[in-house]
Amino acid sequence: MTREYNLKRADFIFRNENDWEHILSRTLKKDRRELINELISSELKGRGGAGFPTGLKWKLTSESEAPQKYVICNADEGEPGTFKDREILMKVPFKVLTAMAICAYITGANNGFIYLRGEYKFLQHDLQKAIDEFIYYCNDINFKFSIDIFMGSGAYICGEETALMESMEGFRGEPRNKPPFPTGQGYNRMPTVINNVETLAHTYTIFKHGAKKFYDLGVQFSRGTKLFSVSGDTPKPGIYELELGMSLSDFVNDFGDGDTKAVQVGGASGFLVPRKKFSETNIGYKGKLTGISLPTGGSMMLFNSTRSMYNVLDNYLEFFREESCGQCTPCRVGCQQLHMGIKAVKQGQKPASYLEKLLKLTETMQYTAKCGLGQSVANSFSSIVENFREEMIY
Amino acid sequence: MAQPSELISSLADKYGRQRESLLPILQGVIKQERYLSEETMIAIAHEMNLPAADIYGTATFYSFLEYKKMGEYVIRICKTITCSMKGKNQIILTIEDMLKIGVGETTPDRKFTLLQTNCLGWCHKAPAMLINDEVYTELNPEKVREILSTYLKK
Amino acid sequence: MAKKINITINGVVYEANSGETILEAARNAGINIPTLCYHKDLCVAGNCRVCIVEIAGQSRLAASCATPCHENMEVYTNTLKVRTARKHIIELLLSEHNADCTRCYKNGNCELQNLAAEYKIMSEDLIPLAAYKNYSIDMFSPSIIKDDSRCIRCQRCVRTCSELQGVNALTVAYKGDQMKISTFFEKSMNEIVCTNCGQCVIHCPTGALIEKNYIEEVWEAIADPDKHVVVQTAPAVRIGLGEELGLQPGTRVTGKMVAALKSLGFDSVLDTDFTADLTIMEEGSELLNRLKKVLVDKDDNFKLPMFTSCSPGWIKYIEHMYPDMLQHLSSCKSPQQMFGALAKTYYAKARKLDPEKIVSVSVMPCTAKKFEANRPEMHDSGFRDVDLVITTRELAIMIKQAGIDFPKLNELKYDRIMGVSTGASVIFGATGGVMEAALRTAYELVTGREIPFENLDITPVRGMKGVREASVIIDNPLAEWKFLDGVEIKCAVAHGLINAKKVVEAVKNKDAEYHFIEIMACPGGCLGGGGQPIPTNSEIRDKRAQAIYEEDANLPIRKSHENTEIIKIYNEFLEKPLGERSHHLLHTFYVERKRH
Repeated sequence: MTREYNLKRADFIFRNENDWEHILSRTLKKDRRELINELISSELKGRGGAGFPTGLKWKLTSESEAPQKYVICNADEGEPGTFKDREILMKVPFKVLTAMAICAYITGANNGFIYLRGEYKFLQHDLQKAIDEFIYYCNDINFKFSIDIFMGSGAYICGEETALMESMEGFRGEPRNKPPFPTGQGYNRMPTVINNVETLAHTYTIFKHGAKKFYDLGVQFSRGTKLFSVSGDTPKPGIYELELGMSLSDFVNDFGDGDTKAVQVGGASGFLVPRKKFSETNIGYKGKLTGISLPTGGSMMLFNSTRSMYNVLDNYLEFFREESCGQCTPCRVGCQQLHMGIKAVKQGQKPASYLEKLLKLTETMQYTAKCGLGQSVANSFSSIVENFREEMIY
Repeated sequence: MAQPSELISSLADKYGRQRESLLPILQGVIKQERYLSEETMIAIAHEMNLPAADIYGTATFYSFLEYKKMGEYVIRICKTITCSMKGKNQIILTIEDMLKIGVGETTPDRKFTLLQTNCLGWCHKAPAMLINDEVYTELNPEKVREILSTYLKK
Repeated sequence: MAKKINITINGVVYEANSGETILEAARNAGINIPTLCYHKDLCVAGNCRVCIVEIAGQSRLAASCATPCHENMEVYTNTLKVRTARKHIIELLLSEHNADCTRCYKNGNCELQNLAAEYKIMSEDLIPLAAYKNYSIDMFSPSIIKDDSRCIRCQRCVRTCSELQGVNALTVAYKGDQMKISTFFEKSMNEIVCTNCGQCVIHCPTGALIEKNYIEEVWEAIADPDKHVVVQTAPAVRIGLGEELGLQPGTRVTGKMVAALKSLGFDSVLDTDFTADLTIMEEGSELLNRLKKVLVDKDDNFKLPMFTSCSPGWIKYIEHMYPDMLQHLSSCKSPQQMFGALAKTYYAKARKLDPEKIVSVSVMPCTAKKFEANRPEMHDSGFRDVDLVITTRELAIMIKQAGIDFPKLNELKYDRIMGVSTGASVIFGATGGVMEAALRTAYELVTGREIPFENLDITPVRGMKGVREASVIIDNPLAEWKFLDGVEIKCAVAHGLINAKKVVEAVKNKDAEYHFIEIMACPGGCLGGGGQPIPTNSEIRDKRAQAIYEEDANLPIRKSHENTEIIKIYNEFLEKPLGERSHHLLHTFYVERKRH
């Protein structure tokens, strides 16, 4: 396996530049179409984990005809192992707010919202102060825009964009049927851009430095940098901005404790990569020609040899069975069956071959669940069960 | 402390009486009362002209919108993977020992309720807990004892 | 006209309407895709995932009920991938379900059971989850039993209660593995805003919501030699019962039903139609009286418009939701309760029976009637007026239990007294029927002439539109009613409580001026009642309505006041509408209830 890329640190997101007023007023003078093209040419993809092209999302929303449009910043950061969005909002809120305003300018939205998870309530006060200052400036330069914080109340599923909108409308945070997509019918059934906090922060970099600067970082299909939330068995847990496309073995060399047994890429809804596959695994979006590419919302959890992979999976499945919204059959019942199923195998109440039945079940969940939660339970389940089968049984 | 109906009408004045104001209003009640009682939900239903069952259904969806009586300080220990790996059980044992309550219980003086919760987003500083809205990270039994002692004095 | 598009299903090209879902297009093409959470009466939920199909070019399967077709879409409904996934989903549902089918009331009429049978789900691999959930059965309501262990969380009941009825007694509560259908704070159905209409029951695919049945109690009464068991049958039962017994929707089975009831051993088979006609006499008189009090005497104690009071689901709804509007309700009891009060007085006396020994049974298309019979004030005969209420479905069960070959029965006639029906009373079973019957009689009482509609068919009040309006100008009335000369009597008809809500709000906000409003709790009126055969949907309701109007057209007497037994009862017992005895036996009062 040829190594294509080494670990490259970067420092865009948290660099405190204090030039947001300048960037905002400068960008708001530019032609909307040019700005969209700039964004599209950067090849920025959504940093929440799903990886939808950001420029296209803004373009579709700008093309939707409607009396009202919205920009929503998704700060319902709930994926286990992810904590970067909080740091962005704490350290560089003005980048995010500026990006929201530019997005509003491009798409024709007048109102913005930040959906902040209830667990981050302590952030609300300072963030509100930043918003007040920001909106004051918008008024100053005659740009009509509002930003409100909408607090979540403890529901992982509200990170799913349509569930988030249901929640904002005052309902249970249950994902909607798609289509229609938010770019056409989002919050209050109006065209809505909804982006992850980090995605918005990257657009700030792009509008400031130009798409080329961003595009030149990373690798083909996975351009730019990404924040990684590093936790678990590592001597240096924390948040790191790295160029996309790195190989997992380089990552482990840098962040491991010398005894790394496996890395969970992308949180509980991502994949567990065992040591033997580190070198063939790259962190980026699909489309690379060699090796396995794992997209990620940036959660990197390292496990050393003292950890039982059964306990890890047990913990994830408990998480999913509690955090599933419960509306669709494959996710609601599937999560319960998987969780109780591995317990039954472990305790000898079911034969080891029952794991195959459960693997088939996760395939069905992947194909048939209504939203990304149920669809992605298969990721961690199959990658753990297939790579650490013996730990599941004995 | 304001009467539930006064509190609710003032919250409704502040946030509005449309459906989209429901969560902020429920959160406002939680902030003051720590939980949503039957009477509170009925009062909200009345104030917002919404079905009471709908409010119950919505509230019970969200982990932080408690509908059972809670203590003045709600302690939520993160139980997701990293915190779990980094000694969350020790933290719980320490608190159980100090407050003489188990997970899911409230002290007889209604001062503390002990709960577990899913990922708080502090995995790099695990284990973590919330006491009401305050975050405490990189916990160990000693640190927890210290933190709780200050709350016990409050 | 919707734009036509081409869609390929299982390799064959079909024409579909743009905007249609894959499910609709497939069913129109004669290809069945199984569903559970989907119901024609309700908005799309897309949550059971049984209707998944494969779309060319997509690795994920799509819920066909929630996915719109588009031009040149290529859909496969029966690939191995689809079948495997569908079987898994059925298995998952069964694992969460109390699948003790032989002990389930819906055994044999359960959509989940049918699917399991169709897909031959034989494996016992998955862990039975229902056992872990500690669900208790809510049996406190006299009308409806809620058994969460049988629930598959399709949410049809929740959507029904909200979209069709606007009651919102049921909600989805909690999330994840705890998610379930709940009431406010998990209270019993008896303690909440539930109207007992039973629409949730006829929309539930499994045994999670069923009527509380009184079949054994009825058998016991019949078997008791000391008891004289009378049975009354509501207008809508005769056009629904056949569906449960192998006949097509819309088959009229009046004579066969009477024969079956006699064969079951009831001592006397009588007709609620008789008291429906009596209701018209009392309610029509009450309306005329109110018109006089309001228009001439300006008496504030009398309110217009007057709402009908035949539908006990509607009564409980207004008691909960609009207690300040109770004065608008007619004080007339429903035909069931008028019958009950008369059975143990007028009938007992005429047949020389001890009323204590009479067991009064009614067969109703309705679950709310069970609650109504149980209301404490319904004891005007000195006894409980109606002892046992069974639904159309329960009667069908009894007929099957008795081994009766229903389609082959010879038609028989109702017994006397209280067994004469008219066209006017038959149409009580359809939305608008009470209004039509009342207008036929009231117009004639006031003017001495027949209402000027061809064949007495007052078509503006017929049909299935949620709210309908009609008006009649009183022309040249009899001397006693001179004050109505030239007055345009404005009427409205609403069915389904969501439509009732619209009308009540309009009245409350003075957006509409009506004199008389008919409201039926259930969509389509009683023919679509919560006690009617399952399935019930818009097509079936239309067929039942057609049957009702056929029955009306075919009866020799089509006006309530011409019912021979009505003339007789006023001559011999009641004296006159709104008289002393009527007041005591046939009229009632209402109570204010909580809004949650």
